[in-house]
Amino acid sequence: MTDQTEVSPPTPSGWAEPTPKVRLSHVPEGAMNLNVEGRQLSGPLQGFGPMWQKTYTVSLPEGTASPEEVVSAWKENFKDFWLPGDHFYAPLAGLNPGEVALINSRESVPGGLMKLSTGVMVVYSDETSFTLMTTQGHPFSGWVTFSAFEDEAGTKVQAQVLMRANDPMWEFGMRFLGGHKTEDRIWQHTLSSVAAHFGVQSDVATEILCVDKKLQWGRARNIWHNAGIRSGLYLTVYPFVRFRAAVRSSRRA
Amino acid sequence: MPQPQLATNVRKVSDDACVLDIEGEMTAFAEKVLTDAYNLATDDGARVIILNFENLQYMNSSGIGLLVTLLVRINRAKQRLLTYGLSDHYKHIFELTRLNDAIGIFDTEDQALNAAHA
Repeated sequence: MTDQTEVSPPTPSGWAEPTPKVRLSHVPEGAMNLNVEGRQLSGPLQGFGPMWQKTYTVSLPEGTASPEEVVSAWKENFKDFWLPGDHFYAPLAGLNPGEVALINSRESVPGGLMKLSTGVMVVYSDETSFTLMTTQGHPFSGWVTFSAFEDEAGTKVQAQVLMRANDPMWEFGMRFLGGHKTEDRIWQHTLSSVAAHFGVQSDVATEILCVDKKLQWGRARNIWHNAGIRSGLYLTVYPFVRFRAAVRSSRRA
Repeated sequence: MPQPQLATNVRKVSDDACVLDIEGEMTAFAEKVLTDAYNLATDDGARVIILNFENLQYMNSSGIGLLVTLLVRINRAKQRLLTYGLSDHYKHIFELTRLNDAIGIFDTEDQALNAAHA
């Protein structure tokens, strides 16, 4: 655990302070903490695969909740709206600018064969929106903006992802092993859960736009930080490390 | 959907460069205004697009997203994107979101123009 004072204070405008390396203020009990501490943030320009803009929306009828009420509840209950079986460890201080959240996920790995450890940072937050940006090694490089705004029918609730797969391996997974569908499922579930929180059952509209078809081959080396490979190696080696430590400790006794 | 609180003015400053003066709030609702200004500059033959942020009042994360998608369009058209007039605060935000990796940032229009023709 690191000192809480290392977290950059939010700026008055709602933006986090720039940070060369991500620092966790707290590691929750039971969380696997890999691939986050000391990593850089990675935006849609730093990824490898084609750039996608994915927009998921759900409508709440007029009078259900204001955009401010929706976003406040969303921030407060974010981890409960997450896909069951996966864990979003929200920062103790809440989803405020500069705070970092750990994610332990099986859904993001094709076939759910192992648990992936990665993280995101809250780069922006105001009363009607907040944005999470990924760290190096995450399946995608980019950010997700969660927002709510008024339209003719009531309050529109939206999650918008701007991303590229982070490296060639994640791109392969996105294209051929159902990665894009999994991602759709994650955000559709999240939006359905937000609507259900306000007592609304509604279909989630999904709009997918390929912003840039090009692969950024110069970013292929992002694979060095691949959180899937690193989590897999860790989970393979970890039992042996624990066993060796236990043997040494019993010998000393 | 809320109305955009953004106004733009397109100025041709040389044979191949246009300045887009940005005034107001850069949010998701500014997409059409920004795209129209970019199209106007491109129709005018601009190879270098310079965004003037001296009168930017506010930019949220959706506004940053708009800049990313504009940058992709500009790169695809083999144009260049430069900026000037960002406050220190927004320079920090370009750093945080790593837009500064791909967009030239200058203090003044003269500096941006010199870079455009370098």
